[in-house]
Amino acid sequence: MEATANGHAEAHGHGGQHPTGLLRWLTTTNHKDIGTLYLFFSFAMFLVGGVMALLIRSELFQPGLQIIEPERFNQITTLHGLIMVFGAIMPAFVGFANWMIPLQIGASDMAFGRLNNLSFWLLPPASLLLVTSLFVPGGAPGVGWTLYPPLSVQMGMGMDLAIFAVHILGISSILGSINIITTILNLRAPGMTLMKMPMFCWTWLITAYLIIAVMPVFAGAVTMLLTDRHFGTSFFSAAGGGDPVLFQHVFWFFGHPEVYIVILPGFGVVSQVIATFSRKRLFGYASMVYATASIAILSFFVWGHHMYTAGMPVTGQLYFMYATMLIAIPTGVKVFNWVATMWRGHLTFETPMLFSLGFIFLFTMGGFSGLVLAMTPVDVQMQDTYYVVAHFHYTMVAGALFSAYAGAYYWLPKWTGHMYNETLGKVHFWLTMVFFNMTFFVQHFLGLAGMPRRIPDYALQFAEFNKISSIGAFGLGLSQLLFLYVVITCIRGGAKASQKPWDGAEGLEWEVPSPAPYHTWETQPVVK
Amino acid sequence: MTGLVVSIKTEPNNMTKQAGWTGMSRRLGLIALLLLSTTSRAAYNLNFQEPATLLARNVYGMHIWMMWVCTVIFVIVFSVMFYSVFRHRKSLGGKPATFHESTKIEILWTVIPFIILIIMVWPVTQTLLAMRDSSSPDITIKVTGYQWKWGYDYLKGPGEGIKFTSVLTTPQDQIHNQAPKGEHYLLEVDKPMVVPVNKKIRILTTANDVIHSWYVPALAVKQDAVPGFIRDTWFKADREGVFRGQCAELCGKDHAYMPVVVEVVSEEKYAAWIAAQQQQMAASAGDQDKVWVLADLVKKGEAVYSQNCVACHQANGKGIPGVFPALDGSKIAIGAKAEHIKLVLGGKPGTAMAAFAGQLSDTELAAVTTYERNSWGNKTGEAIQPAEIKAAR
Repeated sequence: MEATANGHAEAHGHGGQHPTGLLRWLTTTNHKDIGTLYLFFSFAMFLVGGVMALLIRSELFQPGLQIIEPERFNQITTLHGLIMVFGAIMPAFVGFANWMIPLQIGASDMAFGRLNNLSFWLLPPASLLLVTSLFVPGGAPGVGWTLYPPLSVQMGMGMDLAIFAVHILGISSILGSINIITTILNLRAPGMTLMKMPMFCWTWLITAYLIIAVMPVFAGAVTMLLTDRHFGTSFFSAAGGGDPVLFQHVFWFFGHPEVYIVILPGFGVVSQVIATFSRKRLFGYASMVYATASIAILSFFVWGHHMYTAGMPVTGQLYFMYATMLIAIPTGVKVFNWVATMWRGHLTFETPMLFSLGFIFLFTMGGFSGLVLAMTPVDVQMQDTYYVVAHFHYTMVAGALFSAYAGAYYWLPKWTGHMYNETLGKVHFWLTMVFFNMTFFVQHFLGLAGMPRRIPDYALQFAEFNKISSIGAFGLGLSQLLFLYVVITCIRGGAKASQKPWDGAEGLEWEVPSPAPYHTWETQPVVK
Repeated sequence: MTGLVVSIKTEPNNMTKQAGWTGMSRRLGLIALLLLSTTSRAAYNLNFQEPATLLARNVYGMHIWMMWVCTVIFVIVFSVMFYSVFRHRKSLGGKPATFHESTKIEILWTVIPFIILIIMVWPVTQTLLAMRDSSSPDITIKVTGYQWKWGYDYLKGPGEGIKFTSVLTTPQDQIHNQAPKGEHYLLEVDKPMVVPVNKKIRILTTANDVIHSWYVPALAVKQDAVPGFIRDTWFKADREGVFRGQCAELCGKDHAYMPVVVEVVSEEKYAAWIAAQQQQMAASAGDQDKVWVLADLVKKGEAVYSQNCVACHQANGKGIPGVFPALDGSKIAIGAKAEHIKLVLGGKPGTAMAAFAGQLSDTELAAVTTYERNSWGNKTGEAIQPAEIKAAR
């Protein structure tokens, strides 16, 4: 793909036309600034959610109650889930979207600059609401991130704080998605047809549609909770003619597409990184686009597999089982395409490539445990046990988080103008790889043995694997501080990065200098 | 080692009834497990618990079969990938290939997985249909989930009319690490569900407050208990023993502390158990009509309190400020009897205070309210008789 680039190499904006200091960050409409804000925010929330995970794993280190009382434990579990999903991983990928989509499509910025600013600045107050719920009377809601009634109707005011927080987080995502779709559909450089777009843009285009489709459904579900709690409705109360399982349907109709929202942008990152470090074009580009779209469409049809034991008729169980198994096919196609991209390529194993390979290896394992869970008779044994916890941590941590790290290492030279410390990057990868598996692989066995989820204390036969998992968790958590160190030192200095530090890379982002100037593509390139 | 040997010996001879999960797959899987786990102590359990029903055995075998399929695909895909990692490195020289698409191969690796899935799905369907067929049971038992215990109601079949709650008996000092933990820590109850072996037991689940889930791994049974609704499941244990499970749906603070214990016994022992239960129930029915002495009520009430109220209101009656009200010095516990009885019978909707009318007998309710009115700093000197509770219902 050829392009004629705009050659400005200035590191600042023209003549100081944007504010500096705090005001700059509060009022910026620049996609790079906003991307940076999202990325720092998401990492901060990742650390907060991580501390909660360590609290959980500390309590679970041994049988018995040592550190936290059960109500607090349930609150920490709930916040860990909500913070990681809505405060860490989703904003991280929005950060990537902001930084990279305009650069990759040859646009000078996102379509709606002020909307972009709002989308970000909604996040800190929302997260504050969520975290402060820990300190109100009754504490944070202790209901799990899934918020099922009637338990969530019993909760104190912390539940209401969480509902408002979730509303605001949802609005932020929807506004961001509107921006992404409009940008991608309207602002591509001349000659860049949709089928010439980088995979990262494709996966975000599809993800943005998913977000717009299902976030309002989640908003509906939590609003019904709010009215059941305070305004006399009985959507989820049998005594008033309602049904608690209605919530589960509405929640999971959002919840299943939500997990694809979390992973699809990561698929896009990995597609680009693997192609770069294989020095070969992505195998089966069109197939990858269709597979991603299939996964997104299919994701609407499978929500019931989270509810196999809720009491649905056997026909329902059969339908959801068949539909869920189908999603394995396009996902498998993607894995095969990545491996085919590597095949007979010219491979090197810098940190982005390591994380991408780790992603393929471990996300596939998560996919297998998902396939096992799809089988209803087996799921009856595994539902609400640690097998499910293992499954979603393999897909969300070894999946989404690893792909986010791959993207971060890949694009840090473009963002900062410096090469990160490659040795430390590799150390970060290997530590994360080892400790991740130590933490979560044994949880498959805990689930098989019958250990339920969301318990602060457990029977003695679960003790050994819990101990191993907790040790792994501490290793995993501490290893992430190494990433913070790598990023900070990279921002501050390091070997100067060239315009295209990865020789196998393709894409318009590599046609602008490193670090990318404050304004890029003010004259759009023409793509051949 | 002994665990695995015993399981091979007790495999049923007649394996033709269900689709072929049992037999070869299971033997291969067990051999693999044997090789993988040099110790089969429960502490390092790598698989499901030892199955106690035909369907549980089925599910066990099905899972092993699925693990084999996944392993084969895993080995194929990652041997290709790791081959590439080692043989297609840039440092080995040469040039990268330039191919980047092939419609033929895309179709191939879409269709072949599809076929694999079809092959997997047929036997799974059969098992699921069998799991959902709860018709013609020998005994029907209603299971009610409470915050935080189970209630069992034998509705139909031998033992019908028997009704009791099943509460965790692990002492608090074990939980708080002040005493060594017993063998069945967190998996022991005062009154287990008792059923006869080789009989089809239909379980109806419901709940009193929030969603719970009745789960016994060895019986491969899990069914959500939804308040206001009835679900059903069934099992037919093919060996005697004690099978332990837990609540499997987050239901509040003591979700970890409401275990399920099912004792499967011979028909003779079951008949004896029925007789003993019926005797006990007759005895406590008499309790309801007599007039109790205050001291006896308080003593019994303390036991009822420690099983039903202590989780929230605490042993010292002081509750948790801001969350659970104190009973010590509470206006209701010192004030008019009628209000106190009404609150305990009907609960406080929209809060965690359950309605205990359906959970406790007249005698138990009389005892616990009397205990509350005459303990800690509360010294009303008043007794509430079972007859007063009965009148207030």
